[in-house]
Amino acid sequence: MGFERFGSKSFTSQAKVSEFVDYLDKGELAYTKCRTCSQAYFPPRADCANCLGNDMEWIAFEGNGKIVTFTHTMYAPTGFEADAPYTIVVVELDGLKVLGRMNKEVPVDTLSVGMPVKVEIVKLPDGQVTYEFLPA
Amino acid sequence: MPKDVAIVGVGQSAFVRGYPGSIRELAFEAFREAMQDAAITVKDVGASVVCSAPEYDKQRTPSGLIAEYLGLIPQPTFIVENVCSSSTSGIRVAYSLIKAGLHDVVVVLGFQKMSEITSQDSQERMGRGADIMFESPFGTLMPAYYAMHARGHFAKYGTTEEDLALIRVKAASYGVLNEKAVYRKAVTLEQAMEAGPVCSPLKVFDCCANADGASCVILASADKAKEISKEPVYILGLGAASAPMNVTGRNTFSGLDCAKLAAKEAYEMAGVGPQDIDVAEVHDCFTIAEMMAYEALGFAEPGKGPELIRNRETYKEGKIPVNVDGGLLSKGHPIGATGGSQVRTIVLQLRNKAGAIQVPGAEIGLVHNIGGVGIYGNVIIFGR
Ligand SMILES: [Zn+2]
Repeated sequence: MGFERFGSKSFTSQAKVSEFVDYLDKGELAYTKCRTCSQAYFPPRADCANCLGNDMEWIAFEGNGKIVTFTHTMYAPTGFEADAPYTIVVVELDGLKVLGRMNKEVPVDTLSVGMPVKVEIVKLPDGQVTYEFLPA
Repeated sequence: MPKDVAIVGVGQSAFVRGYPGSIRELAFEAFREAMQDAAITVKDVGASVVCSAPEYDKQRTPSGLIAEYLGLIPQPTFIVENVCSSSTSGIRVAYSLIKAGLHDVVVVLGFQKMSEITSQDSQERMGRGADIMFESPFGTLMPAYYAMHARGHFAKYGTTEEDLALIRVKAASYGVLNEKAVYRKAVTLEQAMEAGPVCSPLKVFDCCANADGASCVILASADKAKEISKEPVYILGLGAASAPMNVTGRNTFSGLDCAKLAAKEAYEMAGVGPQDIDVAEVHDCFTIAEMMAYEALGFAEPGKGPELIRNRETYKEGKIPVNVDGGLLSKGHPIGATGGSQVRTIVLQLRNKAGAIQVPGAEIGLVHNIGGVGIYGNVIIFGR
């Protein structure tokens, strides 16, 4: 249990990486790194595909990232209709890539590939927790 | 160049919005056409591979039901699912069954009745075609992922929205000629450019429509093909690959690695190169998908795809005709049936039976079929 609190709508409740949500509660976006072979993973993983180990440490992202690609969607899947339109973005952060949304107040025509962004943790009124990006 | 397995029959239902019948009846339309084309009976068939994305089906385990309705009981039957590339994956399986000597003749039946479920349910499933733990909670959807690849291509190579619109204009010009296509109107460059946004930079005419439809491809061993078919079309090469479903695991947003790997493998197996292909069917669920296919298949160098379409090289009269049946953009995209429909077009081309869209003297053809946004890639090369 625990993972169902990630995002405005989660599709998964049980996951070994639910500590991800604990980090979000603490105000941090975190990834995992294999203690055996040093492979880093985002999304975080409980198991290492590189060495088959499962001794993972959690590390919080630091500093700013930059936009790899983005899109402003006018349509949304069921359950997200009230959010549309919104901007989905892929960001390079500490050598890993992270998918999320831009803050809704940021006009899409101010965005460009390569633009510096920072991550911010968002606590939703219903107790859910997520993250979003803002211009750095 | 191996010539161990041939296509001996092809069939396709019309692709329509809201098929007025059941999935078994829809499947039968494609099956009847393919069996009549192959001029064989059900007793000649050793096995059937049914291809569908079952999240659209109310029928649980549809292979049994479909095989029963087709009259292919008691032969073995099973389902193959790779979302949008299901039926070319089915062909890969059928090829293996024949090459292994288990069966002489295998029917690959792809179908999807997308209108079987409500559009609300369809929207709900669309949100789960990604990593449900780490992507779906952001409200991601298929067009958004292709849009992010369009943005990646634009940023890296200077490709424009107009370049993508030109691909739709081409597709629509052939959709007009295709009686089995769901969208049969011409589209002007102005219409494509002025259409409303879907997921920037993709607009309405950059996207294909959902449709109900079925396709059927009948494969046979070379010996059996020679015995039963006057015009077998051989599989010369197959390639298949996968890429991370979660796009944060991708190396690039300007192309699909699974397509590049599948193409390389198919070319090597067939002993041919991009310059040898006379006609191609590529997976154009979105205009950017066709643009990336030009480059993945080696029809253009990376970043030079826009020049191909600007110079009309992918029209029927061009250097490398692509999707001259209207593509998914015109035909519609009934998930499980799509790859089989592409194969049917190429088989008709290589038999010189493609009518108004015939590429004169076509001898080697290629099919590129992608599942999800580049999760699964299949490339198959055909020859006479
Ligand atoms: Zn490891």
